[in-house]
Amino acid sequence: MTFLRFLGGAGKLILKGNKTYYAWCAFLLALIGAGVAAYVRQMQAGLIVTHMRDSVSWAYYIGNFTFLVGVAAAAIMLVIPAYIYHWQPIKEIVILGELLAISAVIMCLLFVTVDMGHPERFWHLIPLVGILNFPRSMLAWDVVVLNLYLALNVVIVAYLLYNSFIGRAPNQSFFWPLVIFSIPFAVSIHTVTAFIYNGMIARPYWNASILAPKFLASAFCSGPAVLLILLQVLRRTTRLKIQDAAIWKIAELMAYAMAVNLFLTGAEIYKEFYSASEHLVYTRYYYLGIGEHQAIVPFAWMSLICDFGAFLLFLIPSARRNVLLLNLGCVLIYAGVYIEKGIGLLIPGFTPDTLGEIYEYTPSSTEVLVTAGIFSVGFLLYTIMLKVAVPVMLGEFKLSQLSREKAPAGAGAPAGDQVD
Amino acid sequence: MKDRETPIVKPNEKPAPEPPGHLTRRQFLAVSAAGAVSVFLAGCTKAGREAFFQSRFKELTGKDIDKVIARLEKEYSEKYGRAVSVSAAPAAEGVLFGYGLDLSRCIGCRRCVYACVEENNLSRDPQIQWIRVLRMNKERGVDIMESDAYYNPAQVPEPEAFYMPTACQQCRNPPCVKVCPTKATWQEPDGIVVIDYDWCIGCRCCMAACPYGARHFNWGPPTVPKDHLNAHMHYLGNRLRPRGVVEKCTFCIQRVREANGHYPACVEACPVGARKFGNLLDEQSEIRYILREKRVFIFKEDLNTQPKFYYFYAT
Repeated sequence: MTFLRFLGGAGKLILKGNKTYYAWCAFLLALIGAGVAAYVRQMQAGLIVTHMRDSVSWAYYIGNFTFLVGVAAAAIMLVIPAYIYHWQPIKEIVILGELLAISAVIMCLLFVTVDMGHPERFWHLIPLVGILNFPRSMLAWDVVVLNLYLALNVVIVAYLLYNSFIGRAPNQSFFWPLVIFSIPFAVSIHTVTAFIYNGMIARPYWNASILAPKFLASAFCSGPAVLLILLQVLRRTTRLKIQDAAIWKIAELMAYAMAVNLFLTGAEIYKEFYSASEHLVYTRYYYLGIGEHQAIVPFAWMSLICDFGAFLLFLIPSARRNVLLLNLGCVLIYAGVYIEKGIGLLIPGFTPDTLGEIYEYTPSSTEVLVTAGIFSVGFLLYTIMLKVAVPVMLGEFKLSQLSREKAPAGAGAPAGDQVD
Repeated sequence: MKDRETPIVKPNEKPAPEPPGHLTRRQFLAVSAAGAVSVFLAGCTKAGREAFFQSRFKELTGKDIDKVIARLEKEYSEKYGRAVSVSAAPAAEGVLFGYGLDLSRCIGCRRCVYACVEENNLSRDPQIQWIRVLRMNKERGVDIMESDAYYNPAQVPEPEAFYMPTACQQCRNPPCVKVCPTKATWQEPDGIVVIDYDWCIGCRCCMAACPYGARHFNWGPPTVPKDHLNAHMHYLGNRLRPRGVVEKCTFCIQRVREANGHYPACVEACPVGARKFGNLLDEQSEIRYILREKRVFIFKEDLNTQPKFYYFYAT
């Protein structure tokens, strides 16, 4: 019964908000509508409305999936210092990171679904009901770890918030093992995703051991980059106290991660160009283009420049403590890694294809709309989860209060975030 | 069938009280509900339900196979207005199929490509071809990155070129099978790598894994003209494919598994006898003779896929 009251109160919190909140939700709902319409078109005509073809058989959808697995994995960045080292400033906001992970994993699952030729056959993947090719298929591993990671984060967050709501101290012996367990899981979701690509002998661009470490390094930049901006928005729009120290600490950790990422990128570029085997062709296509095929070259350089620029900004303490430069750095990292783990990973992997054909891929309008729709689902989900989580964290949404006042506790409800 | 749309409102009729295209909310809801219900019902015909809940082909046993085959034959026959047979013939004992391709003979005419399209009911639009002939420059040798699949000279063979037809290499160690998350593709006892089109979820992992570009996806609904349908089908081979699944060469499983087996269509179509096919377990077979006597190479040997498709130079 108490739980029903929690849900009821949460529902009221979600429905109440100021004009900005409603406008933001309406904006996201409109984008979701456009995405759904585009997806319906894709369901009717087939994946032929995308620009994927036999040569480039995975592209924008799977690129977004890969990027977002990294964002989801990056919640670990907050969990480690918060829970293991009891670093108080970050501990207070770790739930926000876990909520981000939940939204990101749900977006991941949506991206995989829209990429499938027969999404209605998803039950073929369910062990016992269907046939999951575990442990042979890396995609099967990914299905397992992504769903477990999602469940784990949902349980942790729901447990903490609910306990806080009813005013009970969380049971450490239940909650601790889950937290400890979630750390290797966060690493595993991104490692397994990297292994899907890494294990493919047909694609020399991916078939390099550096791939999984590079996935982790870039994830540990991009995930926190999203979070840093969100934290600042929350600090401004709610009464949530988020200390500068926490933000600066995260920024410092990002600088180290980006250093590793750049080092690994450099190692990769050196190996390809110096050895100059026939496998160079994919890296060359990405950075230099092949003949008149130059479509993604500007993105490659943009990504490198963004990564490097952000690294400098985050490295210098006075720069990362400057609000403007800090946010510029976040945007640069986000853009840099989005390219690197999206089209920068997928397209050169397939171009030229295994028989030497060059098919220059750029996403179709359907792919862009569906992608925008899925991102909007993620943002909407994150917004409404925050709408409940923040008042709980502030102690404004409490069982005792609900009983005493018999009125909605969301009187001082904060506005949602406004960035995208 | 209809050449023209029947006009909804005759010109001399009085205009409707409401402007056309305008629906009240109530009407709109009624229409939507009716649409939703009819979609639901369409998806819930007996055959539709059976198709949705059908198990993987390998898990099906005698009677269930018969039921599935009967349903498919009925569906295809109705769609094309003629009798269609779908075989589920299993692999024969003591058979491991192997293929030989004589690069010194191939003239690049692509007759094999079109014979394959006809035999295997490949989609004409969007176009799918299981065989791809690569034009190579004699001076460069086998250089995939410099090859051209779209050559179109007035006459073949061109003096400066040689041709390397490619298709599924029927690997003994197939990377595509390993990566499939639902085991929708596997290697049969006679060595043919097959796909259950009714179990494939269309994730295309196998396409990323295949080093030979042998796997093709039905990006749109496949189309086979009525008068070109090959009504002699195999469940794991040339039967009509649904949209959104992967397909590939099966060594013409519907031909080679027959009691009095036929060669694959491409072998029969080749005008210069560059294509050879046979049982690798039979020491007297032509393919074993080639392995014994000719200089043979396999495609992308370093990947350890161990193809059962051998290229050789007979002359």
